[in-house]
Amino acid sequence: MAEFMSLRDAVAHCVHDGDRVAMEGFTHLIPHAAGHEVIRQQRRHLTLVRMTPDIIYDQLIGMGCADKLVFSWGGNPGVGSLHRFRDAVENKWPQPLEIEEHSHAAMANAYEAGAANLPFAMMRGYLGADLQLVNPNIRSVTCPFTGEVLAAMPAIRPDVAIIHALRADREGNVLLEGITGVQKEAVLASRRAIVTVEEVVDDFGPTYRNTVILPSWTITAVCVVPGGAHPSYAQGYYSRDNSFYIAWDAISRDRDSFLAWMTRHVLEQGPEAFAVHACSAKTLSAQS
Amino acid sequence: MSATAMPYTSTEMMTIAAARALRNEDVCFVGIGAPSAACNLARLTHAPNITLIYESGTIATRPTVLPLSIGDGELCDTALTTVSVPEMFRYWLQGGRISVGFLGGAQIDRFANLNTTVVGPYDAPKVRLPGGGGAPEIASNCQEIFIIMAQSKRAFVDRLDFITSMGHGRTGRERRALGIKTKGPTRLITDMAIYTPDPETCEMSVVSIHPGITRQQIADSLGWPVHFAKEVNETPLPSAEELEVLRDIQERTRQAHQGH
Repeated sequence: MAEFMSLRDAVAHCVHDGDRVAMEGFTHLIPHAAGHEVIRQQRRHLTLVRMTPDIIYDQLIGMGCADKLVFSWGGNPGVGSLHRFRDAVENKWPQPLEIEEHSHAAMANAYEAGAANLPFAMMRGYLGADLQLVNPNIRSVTCPFTGEVLAAMPAIRPDVAIIHALRADREGNVLLEGITGVQKEAVLASRRAIVTVEEVVDDFGPTYRNTVILPSWTITAVCVVPGGAHPSYAQGYYSRDNSFYIAWDAISRDRDSFLAWMTRHVLEQGPEAFAVHACSAKTLSAQS
Repeated sequence: MSATAMPYTSTEMMTIAAARALRNEDVCFVGIGAPSAACNLARLTHAPNITLIYESGTIATRPTVLPLSIGDGELCDTALTTVSVPEMFRYWLQGGRISVGFLGGAQIDRFANLNTTVVGPYDAPKVRLPGGGGAPEIASNCQEIFIIMAQSKRAFVDRLDFITSMGHGRTGRERRALGIKTKGPTRLITDMAIYTPDPETCEMSVVSIHPGITRQQIADSLGWPVHFAKEVNETPLPSAEELEVLRDIQERTRQAHQGH
């Protein structure tokens, strides 16, 4: 059963130096508050796994938390480069960053294989693409029935998955709706899971019967962190802060301005700093 | 489509020419940025029933502002349904349900291969680009591919350092050699012209030149010797309706993204 705990305790308990950590959320429900807590607790030598390492992984990489990144698209969507990611790959600052690069389809399949307790994933992919020349974890498998050669990659099995969900009930079951990405697969593929939520409710009330609900017993820790996805968004609670994504380009371009921003907004803050972004949560519960 | 004397930019011409390529019955996998603008312009003009799909899982979405990212809430709010990312790539893309994949890129070569990974060697890149995302499998699993990119010698290069997603391959013959049944890039729309693959060589060849652009200007902004098709047309001018609808959605988008 999931335990309700503070985000501070959850990260201290679940995330260790050297762990393979997957923070997921495909544009929606990105666990920013949890990422900041990992930075504050100065975790080191992490292997960070994520399909779209956007701002949150730019911050973790720039603060020296990661030795390795497993990913499929590393940019600031609609804006441009991730400057801290680029600085690490191009100039080894603040330290060298090993990369293992896949396509989205491969990562999604590999998470699914992890959740399904399979050793590898396969798909029809990478045809004519150079990634298979530089990533030894992209191999092939021959269909025993048709002889078709398919791309294969190892299952993703993180030590810990970290996601942000909309809400939990009192038992620690958590609910996600909207763009749900690969979060269900990431949690079920991992040994441990931390889920931050906007709020706790007595009862989920009437839900769509196909709403994604992760049962309490698949989760290690549930942490109530209203606004914890900002500048990403929580459907029905607050929308994506596109102006911050645009602003991040200038903040992160320069090492000093990046470090100054991180000191002021992450190192000198706590998870409660995210609450200001959670403005409409109460209104929503009242309606539902 | 009535021609107009309204002034327009080369980017507007590119977006409008790209939008015209889409059909009302298409099921289109939409890349972010320029492809997204073109696809939504098509939906708001001549192709109201086009199915737009974004890789975040949103199917038949009808956004009123253009998303900044591939998974803005607007896409989910206005979609017919939203599926998980593994389902999107497995059932819908790999399943062969998509008629057109609409892509952009950082660099392209004459066979419409795209690079969005690195400039320079992979292990010691001069410029580290975002990577492939969905593109490697979009390129091979959609029935055909449209590409939209503004022309420049930096972007239209003789030889790519890295093929992130294959167009027609390094020599133009790789798709057949690999047994790929889909058509690959059938149309490249730039701010100067429209290209389609030569039926023999698969080299992207100019079939239509935008109004006011010369053959020399096109040649000067390519990193390879330009190839013109036997018959080259002039792209029709943007209509007043096309320009108004495009400017309207871009203005709404600008206001929305300024946020708080």
